[in-house]
Amino acid sequence: MFEVLTQRIQNVFDRIKRRGKLSEADIQEVLREIRITLLEADVNYKVVKEFLERVREKALQESVLKSVSPSEQILKIIYEELTSLLGGEGKTEKGLPSSIMLVGLQGSGKTTTAGKLAMYYKKRQGRPLLVACDTRRPAAIQQLEVIGNSINVPVYKEDTDPVTIAENAVRFAKEKVYMPVILDTSGRLHIDDELMDELRKTYERVNPQEVFLVVDAMTGQDAVNIGESFAKVVPLTGIILTKMDGDARGGSALSMRAVTGVPIVFVGIGEKFDAIEPFYPDRIASRILGMGDIKTLVEKVESAVSKERVEKSLEKFTLNDFMEQLKEIRNMGPLDQLMNLIPGFSRLTTKIPISVDEKRLKRIEAIISSMTIEERENPHIINASRKKRIARGSGTTVQEINQLLKQYEQIKGMIKQFSQLEKKGRFPLSGGRLW
Amino acid sequence: MGWFDRLRQGLEKTRALIRRSFSNISAEDLEELEIALLSADVGPKTTERLLEELKAKWKASPDEKLSSLLKSSITSLFPPPFNIIDRFLNGKWVILVIGVNGSGKTTTIGKLGKLLKDRGKSVIFVAGDTFRAAAIEQLEIWGERVGIPVIKHREGADPGAVAFDGLKSAKARNIDIVIVDTAGRLHTKYNLMEELKKVRRVIEREKEDYQLYTLLVIDATMGQNAINQARMFNEALMVDGIAVTKLDGTAKGGVVISIVSELKIPVVLVGVGEDIDDMQSFNSEEFVNALFWEMN
Repeated sequence: MFEVLTQRIQNVFDRIKRRGKLSEADIQEVLREIRITLLEADVNYKVVKEFLERVREKALQESVLKSVSPSEQILKIIYEELTSLLGGEGKTEKGLPSSIMLVGLQGSGKTTTAGKLAMYYKKRQGRPLLVACDTRRPAAIQQLEVIGNSINVPVYKEDTDPVTIAENAVRFAKEKVYMPVILDTSGRLHIDDELMDELRKTYERVNPQEVFLVVDAMTGQDAVNIGESFAKVVPLTGIILTKMDGDARGGSALSMRAVTGVPIVFVGIGEKFDAIEPFYPDRIASRILGMGDIKTLVEKVESAVSKERVEKSLEKFTLNDFMEQLKEIRNMGPLDQLMNLIPGFSRLTTKIPISVDEKRLKRIEAIISSMTIEERENPHIINASRKKRIARGSGTTVQEINQLLKQYEQIKGMIKQFSQLEKKGRFPLSGGRLW
Repeated sequence: MGWFDRLRQGLEKTRALIRRSFSNISAEDLEELEIALLSADVGPKTTERLLEELKAKWKASPDEKLSSLLKSSITSLFPPPFNIIDRFLNGKWVILVIGVNGSGKTTTIGKLGKLLKDRGKSVIFVAGDTFRAAAIEQLEIWGERVGIPVIKHREGADPGAVAFDGLKSAKARNIDIVIVDTAGRLHTKYNLMEELKKVRRVIEREKEDYQLYTLLVIDATMGQNAINQARMFNEALMVDGIAVTKLDGTAKGGVVISIVSELKIPVVLVGVGEDIDDMQSFNSEEFVNALFWEMN
């Protein structure tokens, strides 16, 4: 299922190598592979077509055809085109907006996102106010209230129509100096004229500084219709992509961006209220191409595991370090979330549960504590009779010790790979051979 | 049946095309057809397979209308139509409703509950989404609207315990149908999937003469990721049927073709509107008709 694009393209080039020269037909074949990859990632077919046209033009240039490594050249073109189509470099911080209106389909994640944004701006010296304009969905107002309560942000509500609520809330916020005002509107279908009209009225009445379209990362081909329809009714200023913590490749981001022309400003990456981050085009680009979000992963691991330790580990990674690492990894959050960032891993997590729970950690601690200092430094000396002794000492079994040693070796291998990644620089262009 | 009209919108060209026989069809025509399938979220692999099949069939019978060839190719992937509501009328059922966040589980429960109550069944709802803020209140409002009692605990309670109480209460009151709501979760979250398995185990253990039916809710707006959703929910919980929601938009939900052919899970219900009665039993022929051409 998760055939990595780089591998596919490599296969095409391997065939070409045997024949010698790279021709236009070869490029056509490469483009076909890219097409399938993009369509599988849910990029709209029209957007795919335009995109491929641009890649084709660049790929046909002499310099590419005659270069020593045409496959890497072409990958570079694809990656760069994709990144620029997604909006170039990450958006710079614009400071505190005065008001934000969130719009979108039902179930795209507006209310949760409203809470996340409130928390985001609160951390940045804002005094956010949440406004409950969703008078339609049962208990939507209560939901916002519960969220406001849990993150300590006031919620404005009133028993009237959404347009009036929005208008009064903005006036209220001006008096009490709240900023930003975050309007949570009802989810609506883009073809529901009556509700779209209500949205237009709300916009005209309060004239918010930002209008963000909230889009589910799993959205399919319909993303273009949704984007176009909302953009026609209210002047969008940005897109927020939600549920990016799953294994959706997020091709709809590309479609949305292409039809609305507005930047993707944030991505939602989890259930907690701090699980929102600015959008990095290069990261989503590698994800759409099925190469996994390596950069985020590396960053996460780096920020969780102190640099000194990594450097020290690389010289000599002992079982003591392993123990420390486990504790640090546990602090990083659920491991399954982390593993989702690795290509192909998302499907494995249900089969190979990698969880560091408190109970297991205690047993591991017991095992390591039952080892001699020499064994901890040089785990390879642990033979069968030593294992039996350690098992007795820690009240565990030889099997568990074997398991622990195996995991230790795996982590050791992973650390090696990360350090290689770093040395190689940006991963996505290296041809996907590491994994 | 307004949704069929909408599904057909924008496919005029394709419809004119598929009425013709294959012998006077060019490469551009085939591309047109490919676009129709792709834009309906059928996905590149299934689209390619369907078009290959079409070409092979045409070789065997070049005078056959393209429409009937394509129609039979797709409908043959679906099991024969059956009415799930009729099935729920016999015996006692626990319907466990699962899906990713925002797919429309609670709304589906409200509408399904009403359908069954209107057919004379006694129904209760179980508020198993103890995670999301105000999810319990949302189900309670649906319960009030359709006159169905809701068994609930407090927010943050163990969903397995709520399911346990729901079944206990249903048995005591001799209720026909228990519909269990669950928190939306991404299929890639190991711990949350384990939690769901636990809810299922509790139901299996306590159900006595109730039959368990696991219903996966899929949003028609979703693209190819819906295949992963279905696969992973099925691996964890054995999905019995799928409800496709939000078919009243412009999304065509073509991804269910891949799901059905790959995983052999039937689609049983479709949500086609915001109104309380906008839930219907799924009919594959109507679905395929609506995707590509006028109903006969």
